[in-house]
Amino acid sequence: MTSIGVVTFPGSLDDRDAQRAIRLAGATPVALWHGEHDLKGVDAIVLPGGFSYGDYLRCGAIASFSPIMAEVIDAAAKGMPVLGICNGFQMLAEAHLLAGGLIRNSHGSFICRDQRLRVENTSTAWTNEFDDGAEITIPLKNGEGGFIAAAETIARLEGEGQVAFRYLDVNPNGSINDIAGVTNERGNVVGLMPHPEHATEEGFGPDTALAMRNGTDGLKFFTSAIRSLVSA
Amino acid sequence: MPTIVVEVMPKAELLDPQGKAVAGALIRLGKTRFSAVRIGKRFELTVDGEVTDAVLAEVTDLANDMFSNSVIEDVVSITVLDNSGAVAS
Repeated sequence: MTSIGVVTFPGSLDDRDAQRAIRLAGATPVALWHGEHDLKGVDAIVLPGGFSYGDYLRCGAIASFSPIMAEVIDAAAKGMPVLGICNGFQMLAEAHLLAGGLIRNSHGSFICRDQRLRVENTSTAWTNEFDDGAEITIPLKNGEGGFIAAAETIARLEGEGQVAFRYLDVNPNGSINDIAGVTNERGNVVGLMPHPEHATEEGFGPDTALAMRNGTDGLKFFTSAIRSLVSA
Repeated sequence: MPTIVVEVMPKAELLDPQGKAVAGALIRLGKTRFSAVRIGKRFELTVDGEVTDAVLAEVTDLANDMFSNSVIEDVVSITVLDNSGAVAS
Protein backbone atom coordinates (compact mmCIF):
# COMPACT_ATOMS: atom_id res chain seq x y z
CA MET A 1 0.00 0.00 0.00
CA THR A 2 1.15 3.52 -0.75
CA SER A 3 2.64 5.23 2.28
CA ILE A 4 2.72 9.01 2.64
CA GLY A 5 4.84 10.66 5.33
CA VAL A 6 3.78 13.73 7.30
CA VAL A 7 6.62 15.66 8.91
CA THR A 8 5.98 17.10 12.36
CA PHE A 9 7.99 20.22 13.24
CA PRO A 10 7.98 22.12 16.55
CA GLY A 11 4.81 24.16 16.14
CA SER A 12 3.09 22.01 13.50
CA LEU A 13 -0.68 21.99 14.04
CA ASP A 14 -2.24 20.10 11.16
CA ASP A 15 -0.01 17.05 11.06
CA ARG A 16 -2.68 14.78 12.52
CA ASP A 17 -5.31 16.17 10.13
CA ALA A 18 -2.98 15.47 7.20
CA GLN A 19 -2.46 11.90 8.44
CA ARG A 20 -6.22 11.46 8.66
CA ALA A 21 -6.69 12.82 5.11
CA ILE A 22 -4.10 10.36 3.80
CA ARG A 23 -5.90 7.50 5.52
CA LEU A 24 -9.29 8.62 4.16
CA ALA A 25 -7.77 8.74 0.66
CA GLY A 26 -6.69 5.12 0.97
CA ALA A 27 -2.97 5.34 1.76
CA THR A 28 -1.00 4.64 4.91
CA PRO A 29 0.06 7.75 6.83
CA VAL A 30 3.55 7.67 8.38
CA ALA A 31 4.59 10.13 11.07
CA LEU A 32 8.02 11.66 10.35
CA TRP A 33 10.06 13.80 12.74
CA HIS A 34 11.86 17.03 11.82
CA GLY A 35 14.97 16.19 13.83
CA GLU A 36 15.76 12.90 12.09
CA HIS A 37 17.39 12.09 8.77
CA ASP A 38 14.87 9.30 8.09
CA LEU A 39 12.01 9.25 5.58
CA LYS A 40 11.09 5.70 6.72
CA GLY A 41 10.69 4.51 3.14
CA VAL A 42 7.61 6.62 2.35
CA ASP A 43 6.45 7.15 -1.25
CA ALA A 44 5.38 10.79 -0.82
CA ILE A 45 5.65 13.56 1.77
CA VAL A 46 3.32 16.19 3.21
CA LEU A 47 4.70 19.23 5.04
CA PRO A 48 1.72 20.26 7.18
CA GLY A 49 0.36 23.59 8.35
CA GLY A 50 0.99 25.29 11.65
CA PHE A 51 3.39 27.83 13.08
CA SER A 52 6.77 26.09 13.13
CA TYR A 53 9.20 27.86 15.46
CA GLY A 54 6.51 30.43 16.20
CA ASP A 55 6.95 31.95 12.71
CA TYR A 56 10.18 33.50 14.05
CA LEU A 57 12.70 34.90 11.52
CA ARG A 58 10.28 34.27 8.60
CA CYS A 59 7.40 31.79 8.36
CA GLY A 60 8.85 28.35 7.62
CA ALA A 61 12.43 29.64 7.50
CA ILE A 62 13.89 27.89 10.54
CA ALA A 63 12.02 24.66 9.77
CA SER A 64 13.46 24.70 6.24
CA PHE A 65 16.89 24.17 7.84
CA SER A 66 15.70 21.10 9.83
CA PRO A 67 17.68 17.85 9.53
CA ILE A 68 14.88 16.03 7.69
CA MET A 69 14.65 18.79 5.06
CA ALA A 70 17.95 17.56 3.58
CA GLU A 71 16.21 14.25 2.81
CA VAL A 72 13.04 16.00 1.63
CA ILE A 73 15.06 18.17 -0.78
CA ASP A 74 16.94 15.09 -2.10
CA ALA A 75 13.72 13.11 -2.53
CA ALA A 76 12.00 16.01 -4.28
CA ALA A 77 14.92 16.27 -6.72
CA LYS A 78 14.45 12.58 -7.54
CA GLY A 79 10.75 13.14 -8.28
CA MET A 80 9.03 12.11 -5.05
CA PRO A 81 5.65 13.87 -4.64
CA VAL A 82 5.92 16.57 -1.95
CA LEU A 83 2.94 18.70 -0.85
CA GLY A 84 3.36 21.79 1.33
CA ILE A 85 0.21 23.10 2.98
CA CYS A 86 0.23 26.63 4.45
CA ASN A 87 3.28 26.62 6.75
CA GLY A 88 4.55 23.69 4.65
CA PHE A 89 4.21 25.86 1.52
CA GLN A 90 6.21 28.55 3.29
CA MET A 91 8.93 25.95 4.07
CA LEU A 92 9.07 24.82 0.42
CA ALA A 93 9.46 28.44 -0.68
CA GLU A 94 12.16 29.03 1.94
CA ALA A 95 13.96 25.85 0.83
CA HIS A 96 13.76 27.11 -2.80
CA LEU A 97 11.90 23.99 -3.88
CA LEU A 98 9.15 26.33 -5.09
CA ALA A 99 9.43 29.81 -6.55
CA GLY A 100 8.28 32.96 -4.80
CA GLY A 101 7.80 33.93 -1.17
CA LEU A 102 4.97 34.44 1.31
CA ILE A 103 4.56 37.69 3.20
CA ARG A 104 2.09 39.12 5.71
CA ASN A 105 -1.45 39.47 4.37
CA SER A 106 -1.86 42.83 2.64
CA HIS A 107 -4.70 43.80 4.99
CA GLY A 108 -2.57 42.94 8.04
CA SER A 109 -5.03 40.51 9.63
CA PHE A 110 -5.27 36.78 10.09
CA ILE A 111 -8.02 35.37 7.88
CA CYS A 112 -10.04 32.16 8.21
CA ARG A 113 -12.68 31.29 5.64
CA ASP A 114 -13.93 28.62 3.28
CA GLN A 115 -12.13 29.61 0.10
CA ARG A 116 -13.09 28.91 -3.50
CA LEU A 117 -10.19 28.07 -5.77
CA ARG A 118 -9.67 27.13 -9.40
CA VAL A 119 -7.30 24.24 -10.05
CA GLU A 120 -5.14 25.74 -12.81
CA ASN A 121 -2.85 22.77 -13.41
CA THR A 122 -4.35 19.28 -13.32
CA SER A 123 -1.19 17.42 -14.35
CA THR A 124 0.76 17.62 -11.08
CA ALA A 125 1.30 14.71 -8.69
CA TRP A 126 -1.23 16.31 -6.31
CA THR A 127 -3.93 17.50 -8.77
CA ASN A 128 -4.23 14.83 -11.48
CA GLU A 129 -7.63 13.61 -10.23
CA PHE A 130 -9.23 17.03 -10.81
CA ASP A 131 -10.98 17.93 -14.07
CA ASP A 132 -9.41 20.80 -16.03
CA GLY A 133 -10.55 24.10 -14.58
CA ALA A 134 -12.13 22.44 -11.55
CA GLU A 135 -13.48 24.87 -8.96
CA ILE A 136 -13.19 23.69 -5.37
CA THR A 137 -13.82 24.99 -1.86
CA ILE A 138 -11.40 24.26 0.99
CA PRO A 139 -10.59 26.11 4.23
CA LEU A 140 -8.00 28.89 4.29
CA LYS A 141 -6.44 30.18 7.52
CA ASN A 142 -3.30 32.26 7.57
CA GLY A 143 -1.71 35.52 8.59
CA GLU A 144 1.15 35.48 6.12
CA GLY A 145 -0.19 34.09 2.87
CA GLY A 146 0.58 36.88 0.43
CA PHE A 147 2.33 35.22 -2.51
CA ILE A 148 4.93 37.43 -4.12
CA ALA A 149 7.75 37.03 -6.59
CA ALA A 150 9.72 39.16 -9.02
CA ALA A 151 7.80 40.15 -12.16
CA GLU A 152 9.89 37.86 -14.39
CA THR A 153 9.27 34.92 -12.00
CA ILE A 154 5.51 35.56 -12.11
CA ALA A 155 5.65 35.71 -15.92
CA ARG A 156 7.53 32.39 -16.02
CA LEU A 157 5.12 30.69 -13.55
CA GLU A 158 2.12 31.91 -15.55
CA GLY A 159 3.68 31.07 -18.91
CA GLU A 160 4.77 27.56 -17.97
CA GLY A 161 1.62 26.49 -16.16
CA GLN A 162 3.23 26.48 -12.74
CA VAL A 163 0.38 28.40 -11.11
CA ALA A 164 -1.44 25.41 -9.64
CA PHE A 165 -4.32 27.15 -7.82
CA ARG A 166 -5.91 30.57 -8.03
CA TYR A 167 -8.26 32.29 -5.55
CA LEU A 168 -11.82 32.87 -6.77
CA ASP A 169 -14.37 35.43 -5.50
CA VAL A 170 -11.92 37.25 -3.18
CA ASN A 171 -8.17 37.53 -2.94
CA PRO A 172 -7.80 36.87 0.81
CA ASN A 173 -4.21 38.05 1.31
CA GLY A 174 -3.01 40.25 -1.52
CA SER A 175 -1.30 37.47 -3.48
CA ILE A 176 -0.05 38.57 -6.91
CA ASN A 177 -2.39 37.42 -9.71
CA ASP A 178 -4.63 35.74 -7.07
CA ILE A 179 -2.08 32.91 -6.85
CA ALA A 180 -3.03 30.43 -4.10
CA GLY A 181 -0.49 27.73 -4.90
CA VAL A 182 2.27 26.78 -7.29
CA THR A 183 4.07 23.71 -8.58
CA ASN A 184 7.65 23.11 -9.63
CA GLU A 185 8.49 22.49 -13.27
CA ARG A 186 8.35 18.71 -12.88
CA GLY A 187 4.97 18.77 -11.13
CA ASN A 188 6.00 16.63 -8.16
CA VAL A 189 6.38 19.50 -5.65
CA VAL A 190 3.21 21.50 -4.96
CA GLY A 191 2.50 24.14 -2.32
CA LEU A 192 -0.61 26.12 -1.45
CA MET A 193 -1.86 28.28 1.40
CA PRO A 194 -5.41 26.78 1.74
CA HIS A 195 -5.89 23.46 3.54
CA PRO A 196 -7.12 20.46 1.52
CA GLU A 197 -6.68 18.16 4.53
CA HIS A 198 -9.57 19.95 6.29
CA ALA A 199 -12.01 19.04 3.49
CA THR A 200 -11.77 15.27 3.28
CA GLU A 201 -14.66 13.90 5.30
CA GLU A 202 -18.39 14.65 5.14
CA GLY A 203 -19.51 16.31 8.35
CA PHE A 204 -16.13 17.93 8.96
CA GLY A 205 -15.49 20.07 5.88
CA PRO A 206 -16.71 23.37 4.41
CA ASP A 207 -20.42 23.95 3.86
CA THR A 208 -21.79 22.92 0.47
CA ALA A 209 -25.06 23.65 -1.31
CA LEU A 210 -26.16 20.18 -0.26
CA ALA A 211 -25.43 20.24 3.45
CA MET A 212 -23.43 21.93 6.16
CA ARG A 213 -19.77 20.91 6.57
CA ASN A 214 -20.15 18.45 3.76
CA GLY A 215 -17.32 19.52 1.47
CA THR A 216 -14.66 16.95 0.58
CA ASP A 217 -12.93 18.77 -2.29
CA GLY A 218 -9.57 18.27 -0.58
CA LEU A 219 -9.62 14.49 -0.86
CA LYS A 220 -8.50 14.52 -4.50
CA PHE A 221 -5.15 16.05 -3.56
CA PHE A 222 -4.29 12.84 -1.75
CA THR A 223 -5.92 10.41 -4.18
CA SER A 224 -4.00 12.22 -6.94
CA ALA A 225 -0.72 11.45 -5.19
CA ILE A 226 -1.69 7.80 -4.78
CA ARG A 227 -2.64 7.61 -8.48
CA SER A 228 0.60 9.23 -9.61
CA LEU A 229 2.59 6.73 -7.53
CA VAL A 230 0.64 3.69 -8.70
CA SER A 231 0.94 4.70 -12.35
CA ALA A 232 4.62 5.66 -11.99
CA MET B 1 33.51 41.12 22.63
CA PRO B 2 32.99 42.43 19.10
CA THR B 3 29.55 42.40 17.53
CA ILE B 4 28.56 42.01 13.90
CA VAL B 5 25.35 43.79 12.96
CA VAL B 6 23.35 42.57 9.96
CA GLU B 7 20.43 44.65 8.71
CA VAL B 8 17.75 43.22 6.44
CA MET B 9 14.92 45.12 4.73
CA PRO B 10 11.93 43.99 2.70
CA LYS B 11 12.61 44.61 -0.99
CA ALA B 12 11.83 48.21 -1.90
CA GLU B 13 9.45 47.29 -4.71
CA LEU B 14 7.34 44.96 -2.55
CA LEU B 15 4.53 45.85 -0.21
CA ASP B 16 5.65 46.00 3.44
CA PRO B 17 2.39 45.40 5.36
CA GLN B 18 4.02 46.18 8.74
CA GLY B 19 5.33 49.49 7.49
CA LYS B 20 1.97 50.26 5.92
CA ALA B 21 0.18 49.59 9.23
CA VAL B 22 2.53 51.92 11.13
CA ALA B 23 2.23 54.59 8.43
CA GLY B 24 -1.55 54.41 8.89
CA ALA B 25 -1.16 54.85 12.65
CA LEU B 26 1.04 57.92 12.12
CA ILE B 27 -1.66 59.51 9.98
CA ARG B 28 -4.23 58.79 12.71
CA LEU B 29 -1.91 60.49 15.23
CA GLY B 30 -1.76 63.56 13.04
CA LYS B 31 1.90 62.99 12.11
CA THR B 32 1.51 64.02 8.51
CA ARG B 33 5.17 64.84 7.85
CA PHE B 34 6.03 61.22 6.96
CA SER B 35 4.87 59.77 3.67
CA ALA B 36 6.02 56.18 4.19
CA VAL B 37 7.36 53.74 6.79
CA ARG B 38 9.31 50.58 6.05
CA ILE B 39 10.26 48.07 8.75
CA GLY B 40 13.23 45.74 8.59
CA LYS B 41 15.25 43.53 10.90
CA ARG B 42 18.54 43.98 12.75
CA PHE B 43 20.61 40.96 13.81
CA GLU B 44 23.39 41.41 16.39
CA LEU B 45 25.90 38.57 16.47
CA THR B 46 28.27 38.59 19.42
CA VAL B 47 31.54 37.09 18.23
CA ASP B 48 33.59 34.82 20.44
CA GLY B 49 37.08 36.06 19.50
CA GLU B 50 38.44 38.23 16.76
CA VAL B 51 36.46 39.21 13.66
CA THR B 52 38.63 37.77 10.92
CA ASP B 53 37.94 37.79 7.18
CA ALA B 54 36.80 34.18 7.55
CA VAL B 55 34.27 35.16 10.23
CA LEU B 56 32.99 38.02 8.08
CA ALA B 57 32.67 35.70 5.10
CA GLU B 58 30.70 33.23 7.22
CA VAL B 59 28.37 35.97 8.43
CA THR B 60 27.90 37.22 4.86
CA ASP B 61 26.84 33.71 3.80
CA LEU B 62 24.48 33.44 6.78
CA ALA B 63 23.03 36.88 6.04
CA ASN B 64 22.29 35.87 2.45
CA ASP B 65 21.13 32.30 3.08
CA MET B 66 19.40 32.35 6.47
CA PHE B 67 18.85 35.81 7.96
CA SER B 68 17.26 37.00 4.71
CA ASN B 69 15.24 35.45 1.90
CA SER B 70 16.45 37.01 -1.34
CA VAL B 71 13.02 36.55 -2.91
CA ILE B 72 11.44 39.05 -0.53
CA GLU B 73 14.29 40.83 1.28
CA ASP B 74 17.68 42.52 0.81
CA VAL B 75 20.69 42.52 3.15
CA VAL B 76 21.35 46.24 3.37
CA SER B 77 24.40 46.29 5.67
CA ILE B 78 26.89 44.18 7.59
CA THR B 79 28.78 46.24 10.19
CA VAL B 80 31.44 45.26 12.74
CA LEU B 81 31.28 46.98 16.14
CA ASP B 82 34.27 46.84 18.50
CA ASN B 83 34.14 46.17 22.24
CA SER B 84 32.96 49.71 22.96
CA GLY B 85 30.14 49.49 20.43
CA ALA B 86 31.85 51.85 17.97
CA VAL B 87 31.97 50.98 14.30
CA ALA B 88 35.27 49.17 13.75
CA SER B 89 37.31 50.44 10.83
